[in-house]
Amino acid sequence: MSGTMRNPLLEVTDLVTEFATRKGILRAVDKVSFAIEAGEIVGLVGESGSGKSVTGFSILGLIDPPGRIAGGSVRLGGRELVGLPPAQLRAIRGKAISMVFQDPSATLNPVLTIGTQMHLAIAAHEKTSEAAARARAAEVLARVGIPDARSRLDAHPHQFSGGMRQRVAIAIALLNRPSLIICDEPTTALDVSIQAQILAEMKALARDLGTAMIWISHDLATVSSLARRILVMYAGRIIEQGPVADVLRHPRHPYTAGLIASLPANAEPGRELRQIPGATPSLFDLPPGCAFAPRCAFSSAACAQAPALHHAGPRGWRCHHPRGMEEAR
Amino acid sequence: MLGFVIQRLAQALIVMLVISMLVFAGVHAIGNPIDLLISPDATQAIRAEAIRAYGLDQPLWKQYLDFLGRLLSGDFGRSFVYNMPVLQLIGSRLPATAELALSAVIGATLLGVPLGIYAGYRPESLFSRLVMALSILGFSVPTFWIGLVLIFTFAVQLGWFPAGGRGETVSLFGVEWSFLTLNGLTHLFLPALNLSLFKFAMMVRLARAGTRETMLTDTVRFARAAGESEWTILSRHVLRLIAIPIVTVFGLELGSTLAFAVVTETIFSWPGLGKLIIDSISSLDRPVMAAYLMLVSFFFILINFAVDIAYAALDPRLRARRAA
Repeated sequence: MSGTMRNPLLEVTDLVTEFATRKGILRAVDKVSFAIEAGEIVGLVGESGSGKSVTGFSILGLIDPPGRIAGGSVRLGGRELVGLPPAQLRAIRGKAISMVFQDPSATLNPVLTIGTQMHLAIAAHEKTSEAAARARAAEVLARVGIPDARSRLDAHPHQFSGGMRQRVAIAIALLNRPSLIICDEPTTALDVSIQAQILAEMKALARDLGTAMIWISHDLATVSSLARRILVMYAGRIIEQGPVADVLRHPRHPYTAGLIASLPANAEPGRELRQIPGATPSLFDLPPGCAFAPRCAFSSAACAQAPALHHAGPRGWRCHHPRGMEEAR
Repeated sequence: MLGFVIQRLAQALIVMLVISMLVFAGVHAIGNPIDLLISPDATQAIRAEAIRAYGLDQPLWKQYLDFLGRLLSGDFGRSFVYNMPVLQLIGSRLPATAELALSAVIGATLLGVPLGIYAGYRPESLFSRLVMALSILGFSVPTFWIGLVLIFTFAVQLGWFPAGGRGETVSLFGVEWSFLTLNGLTHLFLPALNLSLFKFAMMVRLARAGTRETMLTDTVRFARAAGESEWTILSRHVLRLIAIPIVTVFGLELGSTLAFAVVTETIFSWPGLGKLIIDSISSLDRPVMAAYLMLVSFFFILINFAVDIAYAALDPRLRARRAA
């Protein structure tokens, strides 16, 4: 795991992000640790509320009060980001690490031209002439597959289709050649055919530019077509990680197994889709020990204690009763 | 865009026609001007003669058509009281009100919008709370009272500013203006401040509400994720995104201040339109009332039109919809 990686680009260790609410402190990210190599694509999978987006925002230092990073460390190329002064964090955002969001019609500013928005993103990190910024913006737009890029700079977001709009957002994220892009479900709001196109293009772009990617999604199928490694989150914790093919074939954690079984592709025609019984627990009211235990068919008295992280080669899981192997007892 | 302008012009004409009916009916309902025009002990014959001379013996619809015909030919009649053409009378008062209203509304906007954006950006800070408290004051304390307090404090006690009048004026394009002389500016300051407090409060609240909402959007998050500075985000993204309601209120406030600055003009004896209309109502000066109301309606239509054009400049989505 992270220990085997010689020079990780990003190293997240015991990250804890909490939100102070009226009902008490809500721990959205609970001791999350993982590492990413340069150029690697990692999928971060979980249901809504599992803490996967908050993990992404925490890496960028974009947690607004009443939320805060309550502990742990985020290192980029060895440099600690947690606790960095706002101005230094700002210099890293959009430059070394950038982010693409789910809904491009909400992220792009509807009243500014694409060219202006790209210029602002460039000007945030370096002084360039208007002409140089435009030339670079047009080049990156062309790169993400926008035809006639130079003249499209003067268009506004509403003049693009949904897929094109997301390409523009991706272009903005790529403008300063970041070494890591955090993609927070960037294809969920798009048509299925466009999804596939953008997935393929993102994969090629990441390979060509040597950019590492964290692909946050609730969709196992999408992630499996894109990422090399997968992290599965549940109730703020990473409960399983490993190479995608391996995890999909032999899930260790019953939750991962349940997710895979509920994929429509794994369903028998004419039968109801399988689903995991119960619902994600409220973060205010987590069961002691393993958070998945109340929904788990294999839970036992041991599950009242939080399971430690078990390692086996590139795989890791937090479960007292891992699947697909001889149980210890 | 041209189609939009033509459509708007047609609407404006209809509105003006309806307004002319309302104005005519309203002015007619206020009372008979004849008692005012001739001496109470005039003979019945003189009285009948005057009624005929002013066309008051005609049926109502005929009087209205005459009224409309005169309006269309640009003849607004003569003031009964001042015995001079109404247009000339209004023209002599309009610049005073215009400079007062403009400086009040523009000043309130230039100060209120940045403060409101700050208050929306840092709602918990002490300064923001202070600004909000001031805006509550601006909303709730009556204008006439603030005017009197301002005069008492700055004119009577401290003697920094004059208590009333326009002061020295300079002629520009054949019109007298106060804001071009230092003395005129000192005269303009207190009444403009008085008028602007309510508008300032409104602008602060609008800008604050808009900013608070906008700061939570993904647009701001995305700009932050791109590493843009907070100043860039506020000045380039947020300001543009909250501009439409601000421009709308700016137009409405400008129109209503031009038309109804009565209280402030009276307190500061500012020789503007507000005082003129109050005087002409109390003396039943029909032509002045009618012309004034028509003029105010015209201002509102003009300002709303300008605001509509501004919308298109501010929001490209509206431009697209109108072109379609």
